[in-house]
Amino acid sequence: MQEETLVTIHDRRYLDLYRAALSGRLSRRDVLRRATALGLSMPAVAALLAACGGGGGGGDEATATMSGGTGTTPTTAATPAESPAASPTTAPSASPSGSPTGGATYTLETPPEVFNADAASQYSGQTITYYGDTVGIGGELDQQLARAFTEATGININIVPKPQSSTENYATYLRLFQAQSPDMDVMMIDVIWPGAFAQHLLDLTDAFREEAALHYETIIQNNTVDGVLVAMPWFADFGMLYYRTDLLEKYGFSNPPETWDELEEMAQAIVEGEQASNPNFGGFVFQGNAYEGLTCNALEWLASTGGGTLMDEEGNVTIDNPEAIAMLNRVRGWIGTICPRGVTSYQEEDSRNVFQGGNAAFLRNWPYVYALATGEDSPIAGNVGVAPLPAAEGFDHVGTVGGWQLAVSRYSQVPEAAIEFVRYMTSPQVQSYRAQVGSFVPTIPSVAEEAAVLEKMPFLEPMQDVVRVTRPSTQTGERYNQVSTAFFQGVNAILNGQDAEQVVPQTAQQMQRAAG
Amino acid sequence: MSGTAVEDKELAVPKRPRRVLDLAERQRRLAWILLLPTVAVVAAVALVPLGQTIYYSFTNERLGSLTPGEWIGLENYRFLVQDTTFRSAIWVTVKFTVITVVVEFILGLLIALVVNSNFPGRGPMRAAMLVPWAIPTVISAQMWKWMYHDVYGVINDLLVRLHIIDRNVAWFSQPSTSLFAIASVDIWKTTPFVALLLLAGLQVIPTDVYEAATVDGASKIQQFFRITLPLLRPAIVVTLIFRTLDALRVFDVFYVVFGNRLDTQTMAIYAQQNIVAFADVGYGSAISLGIFLIIGIFVVAYVTTLKVEQA
Repeated sequence: MQEETLVTIHDRRYLDLYRAALSGRLSRRDVLRRATALGLSMPAVAALLAACGGGGGGGDEATATMSGGTGTTPTTAATPAESPAASPTTAPSASPSGSPTGGATYTLETPPEVFNADAASQYSGQTITYYGDTVGIGGELDQQLARAFTEATGININIVPKPQSSTENYATYLRLFQAQSPDMDVMMIDVIWPGAFAQHLLDLTDAFREEAALHYETIIQNNTVDGVLVAMPWFADFGMLYYRTDLLEKYGFSNPPETWDELEEMAQAIVEGEQASNPNFGGFVFQGNAYEGLTCNALEWLASTGGGTLMDEEGNVTIDNPEAIAMLNRVRGWIGTICPRGVTSYQEEDSRNVFQGGNAAFLRNWPYVYALATGEDSPIAGNVGVAPLPAAEGFDHVGTVGGWQLAVSRYSQVPEAAIEFVRYMTSPQVQSYRAQVGSFVPTIPSVAEEAAVLEKMPFLEPMQDVVRVTRPSTQTGERYNQVSTAFFQGVNAILNGQDAEQVVPQTAQQMQRAAG
Repeated sequence: MSGTAVEDKELAVPKRPRRVLDLAERQRRLAWILLLPTVAVVAAVALVPLGQTIYYSFTNERLGSLTPGEWIGLENYRFLVQDTTFRSAIWVTVKFTVITVVVEFILGLLIALVVNSNFPGRGPMRAAMLVPWAIPTVISAQMWKWMYHDVYGVINDLLVRLHIIDRNVAWFSQPSTSLFAIASVDIWKTTPFVALLLLAGLQVIPTDVYEAATVDGASKIQQFFRITLPLLRPAIVVTLIFRTLDALRVFDVFYVVFGNRLDTQTMAIYAQQNIVAFADVGYGSAISLGIFLIIGIFVVAYVTTLKVEQA
């Protein structure tokens, strides 16, 4: 859903800037300023900065620096990586060389070594068609990784850019699957699609038994349909709370809100104070428009207050309970008081603009906002904090899982080669590379703890213990969109003023009927 | 029908090879030959998909399904007539259509009359007024979404400065204002188009009619209602039909501004949602035919009440 934001890039100007950065003509500071002027997304900017390396000399930093090595990037404290518990378990047993993954520092030009080259080389000469990231840094990383893979294995990768819009992308895959087309072997799958596409995807259970254990369990569960693993996690997204450190301090709050009560209290105090000088100040903004993003937001509200996770394992709708109704009515009460009235039509970028423009104290959004809100031209840079979303007293902090997986088509004529490609692409090494170069959030906990990754994404640390909640896409399969639409339309009607007592039972009924 | 007519003619030719066709006959034949490519193209791009849609509407066809849809008879239609969401979509669309067509027609006529009169800078003025029409709707809708924004929107800012409202209003979010706000976007965009069509109609009215009326002592107002309006009727009919059909299948502006909000869902958005997002081609096709029918009712109403044939 946020992929539109991730991949919007003005190719030519970006490339020029990128070359300038690489040749060392610009300092990191210059690059950042120009990149934000171009409106580049976070991963793109991160790649540019990576290209800058230490801001110094020529192309010589285009070499992977293993930790403890010479360290051409002065910004990285090149100490071996370090949470002692994590590193020994990181290297997958599939890695024949047993190469250390614990703390490698990567640059764009030097993707990780293809550790499974020996196993994959037997399929040398075959060609894989891969529906990969569209433009910008995602597409560029794909090319780097594919080139490395081809050089090491002799397997050719034909990269097809997938449609940018999620809806369009979904329909494209559906048409290819319907035709049982062999023209698509490996493809990116949104976190809510495994259920819908399961019948067309290759069973990866045996091929990835060991690797699957490395990833967050919820995502593996999400990608497992009827006991069959159909997709490997590639990068993740989750909801988190951004807050204004300066405003919290100004109104005497020392910590970000732990509970929804605290958030309400803080937002109330800040709104009352700030509206004296800025009548348009809203305390808390989120994504309230009637679209998939609202399903993500509302799932967090319910799951963090004991209202359930929309559906149980058997596919029974669970939203018609007193906790859920109370929470939804509570959020309705926020609209026009601690939230701006217009929040019911906001999507990701609307809410980010309000927050980044200094018109809100709290924002619920995805990780991509971090780089933008802390960027040099952001009016609130230096005053942005990140925390887990609040929860009710006694409940876990939660965040809705987003993100993308890699899957293999059942109609592929080169499934073995495709599996080896996926093995390389979803490995801890590549995830670490993509995290450092492109700021893609890893789906492997031990990668998320690496020092080099944390340096790029410091917000990962406070988010470690957050419970990742998934939308009920496995239970609903190809009916997911229908179920989700019934849900977000109901929630949106509540936010726009209707009583949850009346709406929720109807919505639950519609969801159940949509689920079939 | 057209196909058989041509075949009959061609079969008839070898029997009487020497017969000299009269001019009318030859021209008729030539007309059919020249029309044939068009008829074939129309059949391929319009009739075939229409037939396919009608067929799908009687099946449970799903996008991406490995098994072809099964014939389920009138099941989709039985559901359609009970579907409250579709009913509310019809209502939203019709309200939107009435508001926009009426306002666009009145404003468009005023503008057409103004730019039809002689004044300095008329040429640039006519070009400039078309700018809103030239901007792609997706872009102008996004632009208006920002202009109407409840926190940083320029419209709220202006109205507050002018003391018309005392605090910012969330125009698009409140159910009470959202339909009018979105109608204003369409009116802004499409009025120039209406004005252009009416201007074309005004320009073919001969000036001597007005001169005669002036000599007879008719006032400007009498001239407008007795001469301009009746003579403009062909252009008015075309304009109204065009705009009504366009407004009834509105999609882009609503989609950009509201997403899939229930109380602002138009018929076209509901159909698209069922076919693309829900992959339910069968039911989506039934909805599409429902829309087809409703638009048909409007067309028939216009044609009969405005007496197009005489126009």
